[in-house]
Amino acid sequence: MNIIKIEHIAKIYQLGTQEVKALADVSLKLDKNEYVAIMGPSGSGKSTLMNMLGCLDTPTSGIYEFTGKNVSEMTDNDLAKIRNQEIGFVFQTFNLLARSNALHNVELPLIYAGISAQERKERAEKALADVGLEDRIHHKPNELSGGQRQRVAIARALVTNPSIILADEPTGNLDSKTGEEIMGLFNELHEKGNTIILVTHEEYIAEHAVRIIRLRDGLVESDDVVRKRYIPIKNNLAKN
Amino acid sequence: MDFSQIFSVSLNSLNNNKLRASLTILGVVVGIFSIIVIMTIITMLQNSIENGVSQLSKNTFQIQKFPAMMGGGPGSRAKFRNRKDITMEDFYKLEETLKGVKYIGAEQWQFGKVIKYKNLSTNPNIQIIGETTGGIQTNDWHVEFGRSINEQDVQYSANVCLIGNDVIEKLFPGIDPIGQTIKVDNYPLMVIGILEQQAQMFGSSRDSRVVLPISTFQNIYGRRSRSVNIMVMSESKENYDDVIESATGHMRTIRKVKPGEENDFDIFSNESMISQINVMTGGIKIGALVVSIIALLAAGVGIMNIMLVSVTERTKEIGIRKAVGAKRSNILTQFLIEAIVLCLIGGFVGILLGVGIGNLAGSFLNAQSAIPYDWVAIGLSLCVLVGIIFGTYPAYKASNLDPIEALRYE
Repeated sequence: MNIIKIEHIAKIYQLGTQEVKALADVSLKLDKNEYVAIMGPSGSGKSTLMNMLGCLDTPTSGIYEFTGKNVSEMTDNDLAKIRNQEIGFVFQTFNLLARSNALHNVELPLIYAGISAQERKERAEKALADVGLEDRIHHKPNELSGGQRQRVAIARALVTNPSIILADEPTGNLDSKTGEEIMGLFNELHEKGNTIILVTHEEYIAEHAVRIIRLRDGLVESDDVVRKRYIPIKNNLAKN
Repeated sequence: MDFSQIFSVSLNSLNNNKLRASLTILGVVVGIFSIIVIMTIITMLQNSIENGVSQLSKNTFQIQKFPAMMGGGPGSRAKFRNRKDITMEDFYKLEETLKGVKYIGAEQWQFGKVIKYKNLSTNPNIQIIGETTGGIQTNDWHVEFGRSINEQDVQYSANVCLIGNDVIEKLFPGIDPIGQTIKVDNYPLMVIGILEQQAQMFGSSRDSRVVLPISTFQNIYGRRSRSVNIMVMSESKENYDDVIESATGHMRTIRKVKPGEENDFDIFSNESMISQINVMTGGIKIGALVVSIIALLAAGVGIMNIMLVSVTERTKEIGIRKAVGAKRSNILTQFLIEAIVLCLIGGFVGILLGVGIGNLAGSFLNAQSAIPYDWVAIGLSLCVLVGIIFGTYPAYKASNLDPIEALRYE
C-alpha cells in the first residue's frame, strides 16, 4: 500500500477577484522508505504541496489518501491527529519554542498525543540521543547552534515514530558544512527505514534523495528515480 | 491529552512571562483585596458583636424603653425619649400576670462610677447595676464566694452588694472583701459576694461592676431617674415566642397603649439583635461586593487585553503547536486556563492581603481574628468567572489561527 496517494489535486486561492492556482493538477504516489526531494522555483507550488502532504491544508479538489485514509475530507481534529502521529515536520527556521529547552521541545508532540510525563521524558531523551544531543537536553534554542537546533527539530519530528518525515528546506538556514551534517542525518534515517520527503531548491541537497520530483506552475514537470537507493557518501558526518 | 498536562503547559507559559503576568494580575489583586478586607473586618466585628449579644442568656428577652440598636437619622432618638419610663410598678404588674416564665427580673445601670474603699479608689469605669433577684438569674450571673442578693435585700433596700474581679484587684489587694464596706457615690455598701469572672468583649472587661438590690440602687440614684429594663427567661425554648407575645400584650395593657398604637417599649432577644446586625452589615457587604465586581470587571478587560497581545505575540508558538498535533480545543483550553490561572493567582494574593490587613485593622478594634471563608470562596469563584469571561475570546482567537499562516508569522 502507498503511504501517500494523491490524485489530481488542485489548490486554488482567491486573491480578491483573482483566482490563483497554487497547484493545478498533481498526482503522486509514495511508498514506504522512499527518499524524495520535491524541487521547483518559487511559485511552483512546492510549499503548497508540502503543506498539503503535511496535512496542514486540504486541497480544493482531488483526492489525498494518507496510509489509505482520505485526508481531503477530514475535520480539523482528524488532521491534527494525523500531524501528531503520522508526520514529523522539519522546518527551514527550525520552529522551536524559544523559551523551552530541547527536552520540552521534543516532548511537545507527545504531550498532544496524551503520553504520560515519565514516558514522554524517556522517549524525548532517546530521540535527542539519536541525533547526538544527549548532553544538550536542558539547553534552550538560543543556547544551541543552528545545526544543533535543527537536530532538536529532527528529534521532535522522530519522537512519535511518524510514517513520514517532511523537511521543508531543512538546510536553508545553515552553512553548507552544517547543512551536509544535517543531510547526513537524514540519510541515516532513510537507511534505518524512514520515509523522507524533502522540499528544496538546492540541487546539491536534492542529490541526497533517491527520487526527485520537479514542479513548475502547479504541475509535475518531472518525476525521476535518480538511483536505486541512497549510497552513503564519504564517512558519516552525522555523528559530529 | 489530559487536564493536568494542559495545566502544566499553561503554567509553563505563565512562568515564561513572569513580569507581564504579575502586572496583569494586579487588577485582580486589587479587586479581590477590596472585597476580602472589608468582609474580614465585618466578619470580625460581627463575631464579636454576636458573642457580646449572647450575654443575654438562653431563652431570654429584654423589655426596655430604648431599642437595643438605633438606626434611622437624627431625631429618631427623640421619639424614643418621649416614651414613658418603664417603672418598677410596671415590672411588678408584669411579674404578677405573665405566665410560662422561668425567671423574670428588672435592672438599672449606671456607668463610669468610682468606688472607694478606705483610701483606695477605682478608675471611673465601674458599672453600678441594680438588680432584682430574678435579674441575677436571667443574666446568668453566678456568685463565686459569699452569697447572692436575696428577696429580703431587695424588699428592704439592704445596703449590700456583689462585686466583680476588677473591683477586688483595685480595692482589696490581699484582703478578703467579703464583709467590707465600700462606698458608691458616698453611699456605704457591704460586700456580700463575689461575682464569677466573665469573658471579655471587645477587649473590655465585664468584671468592672458592682451589683446591688434594685431598691438600694434607686435610693442612691433616685426612683424616677431612669427607666428599668425587664428581662424575661421563658420556661423552655418551645414557649419562648409565646412568652414574648404575651409579654408584649401585658406590657401594652399595663402601659395603657391604645389598640392600633405602636408599642411604647422595645423587646429584643439575641436573635432579633443578630438579625438587626445582619441587616446593618448587609448593606455594607452589598456595597463592597459591587465595588469589587466593578474592579474585577476592569481587571478582566486588562486581562483580555494582555491575553490578546499574548496571542498575537505567540502566533508562531501556536503554529508550531498545531503543526505537531495540537487540536483547536488544546489551544483553546491552554489559553483559557492561562487566563483563569492568572485570575486565580491574583485572587489568592488578594485574599492573603485582604485577610492579613483586615485582621490587622480588626485587631485595633479589639475584635477576634477571623477569616470570612464564604467570601474567600465567593472571591475565588469570581476570579474563575472573570478568567472565563475575559479569557474566552482571546483563547478562541488563538485556537482559530490557521496553522500555515501562524507558522509563517515572524
